[in-house]
Amino acid sequence: MPAFPPFPEAARQAVGDGVLRANLRHATHTIRDKRARAVAELADWDRLRAAGKAVKDHTLRHLDHYLVQLEEAVTAAGGTVHWAVDADEANRIVTALVLATGEREVVKVKSMATQEIGLNEALAAAGIAAYETDLAELIVQLGHDRPSHILVPAIHRNRAEIRDIFRTEMGRWGRPAPEGLGDDPRELAEAARLHLREKFLRAKVAVSGANFMVAETGTLVVFESEGNGRMCLTLPETLISVVGIEKVVPTFRDLEVFLQTLPRSSTAERMNPYTTLWTGTTEGDGPAAFHLVLLDNGRTDTLADATGRQALRCIRCSACLNVCPVYERAGGHAYGSVHPGPIGAILSPQLRGTASAIDASLPYASTLCGACYEVCPVAIDIPEVLVHLRERIAQGGPVTRNGVRVRIRPARGHTAERAAMRAARLLLDHPGALSTATRLLARARRLRPRRLPGPGRAWTDTRELPELPAESFRAWWTRERGTPR
Amino acid sequence: MSSRDRILARIRRAVGERGPDAEGEPGASGRAGAPGYARIPRDYLRVHGVRTPQESADLLAAHLAEYRAAVHRTDRHGLPALLAGLLDARGARTVLVPPGLPPSWLSRAGQARVADRAASTARELDAVDSVVTGCALAVAETGSIVLDAGPGQGRRRITLIPDHHVCVVRAPEQVVDSVPLALALLDPARPLTWISGPSATSDIELDRVEGVHGPRTLEVVLLTAAED
Ligand code: SF4
Repeated sequence: MPAFPPFPEAARQAVGDGVLRANLRHATHTIRDKRARAVAELADWDRLRAAGKAVKDHTLRHLDHYLVQLEEAVTAAGGTVHWAVDADEANRIVTALVLATGEREVVKVKSMATQEIGLNEALAAAGIAAYETDLAELIVQLGHDRPSHILVPAIHRNRAEIRDIFRTEMGRWGRPAPEGLGDDPRELAEAARLHLREKFLRAKVAVSGANFMVAETGTLVVFESEGNGRMCLTLPETLISVVGIEKVVPTFRDLEVFLQTLPRSSTAERMNPYTTLWTGTTEGDGPAAFHLVLLDNGRTDTLADATGRQALRCIRCSACLNVCPVYERAGGHAYGSVHPGPIGAILSPQLRGTASAIDASLPYASTLCGACYEVCPVAIDIPEVLVHLRERIAQGGPVTRNGVRVRIRPARGHTAERAAMRAARLLLDHPGALSTATRLLARARRLRPRRLPGPGRAWTDTRELPELPAESFRAWWTRERGTPR
Repeated sequence: MSSRDRILARIRRAVGERGPDAEGEPGASGRAGAPGYARIPRDYLRVHGVRTPQESADLLAAHLAEYRAAVHRTDRHGLPALLAGLLDARGARTVLVPPGLPPSWLSRAGQARVADRAASTARELDAVDSVVTGCALAVAETGSIVLDAGPGQGRRRITLIPDHHVCVVRAPEQVVDSVPLALALLDPARPLTWISGPSATSDIELDRVEGVHGPRTLEVVLLTAAED
């Protein structure tokens, strides 16, 4: 695993990058405003949200039942199911499947699961080239970069940077960028179309993830906009889908909830341009061979934590990123994981454990303002899980790692905590974040006790929760800084 | 122990003793669900608003147009001329024709026909200018057309590779109002493609650009009943 700097250090660098901050601010505010309008259109949004939460909670509680049912349905529909305990096993399975086809290259649909396990690197080590086909992922891959947002992974790049990347890198991977390529988004998209079409038309093997899997029918679902997903899912002879075990839902009907909530929460559209649903294989239409790799990689450990498991409800819509004042200023890279933003702050330390500095600092990468909870289409109480994880790190306690119940020791001197508090101060030391934060804090204060009940009590007895002051944010700011803004 | 058994065992340990269903529901309710499935709240709306068939078709048209699909209306008498006109305006020389497409639809079109054959390579399809299909249904509230490889639709790839897709929707019969109503009518065993406007990306500074990989031009024809 790469050694990422802990959140405060990474965030400090990002905050100093004016271009990045401007890009991020523009992006997150644009998407969040559009999203609010798309959601307001549905009078029953709260009920859809409650149903989505209930479907996911129910499925998690009976995950063994539904995975076995899914396996039966996929197999009956002509697919083959594989089970992977961790990243290494998943990578070995996919590599072996690709090698068995005799091919040495694969086209890929944007997938966080395959990023999480480092599949591209594992395939490269086996002499297999993996081509990302989502435009943003292509920009990230050609730029030797990392994604920084769930939905728009190259949001930290502006058009001139993208043009430069295309000019210098496309030719090394395939069809070069057209002569004299400019930086108009239309021209850049056209260059990507030409570059990738070559790959689509010759590809024999594709690798994807999935947004949902239906236990009852064995159906997999992929949401996308560009058509690169459809290309990968239907043109090659072999399709390999790597999917986290938490992505299963019980019935085909359950999709009626998520087909309504995911696009509106994610891209702020009534529906994304393309949604593909497939069940096993279809004679004469699409791949002749379909493999489903079910991935654990820390998910069952997360499931073992009764408070933290709600993170597994996440449908990766990215709405929480776009409303988060910390994400807006720190950027996605600061989270040191493929899961950035508020959801990353609770998911990564659970999937990976809190042994590393970055993972121990992530639960502090938040003001606990509660905006992420309010937008979440499956009502994940991210602040609750953040506080829970902070307690774990500060006080130690029982956790499940690799299926084994262990007890972690308290973090010595709470170094992560102190460093994180400094980072939070730094991040909010900017008037731009203030108006939002003020409003949200005022609301959050009503919902959150100043002292934590239960086992958190001892911890909060000696520590104020500085992120939730009893006074208003503005008053606190004035007291701290001396000048009202 | 296999990885499958290991994962399933970890799940069972993680969720603990479930015991008999807490609220006394009798056991698993068949293949569809584990205990408790029936208690998932479903008080969300089946449809958002009450509309006449005409209003539903209008809503579909409005939403498709918002996604920058071109929407046309005609009846069965006008359809052959409309389709011929759309293909000519595009400058198409060849048109892909799925097997079950009613022959009368393209009776006025002069373009060379390309059949939807399993043996065709993706490269061959890449050389085709346009494709004309029907659909399984369309969803007014979301502005989506849904293909299920049924008669008149063909394989998934024929509506993907050519740059120009003309899709005929019979209104009002094939127009449903909402996503829940649509899913109830679809067969999960068939490959399903939901299309809401042409291919689009917003990956570069959030500027929306139509068409990266799928058809860059989507034209939807609402085929209304003819007045004989
Ligand atoms: S936590 Fe909720 S808001 Fe954030 S990405 Fe997941 S589903 Fe979306």
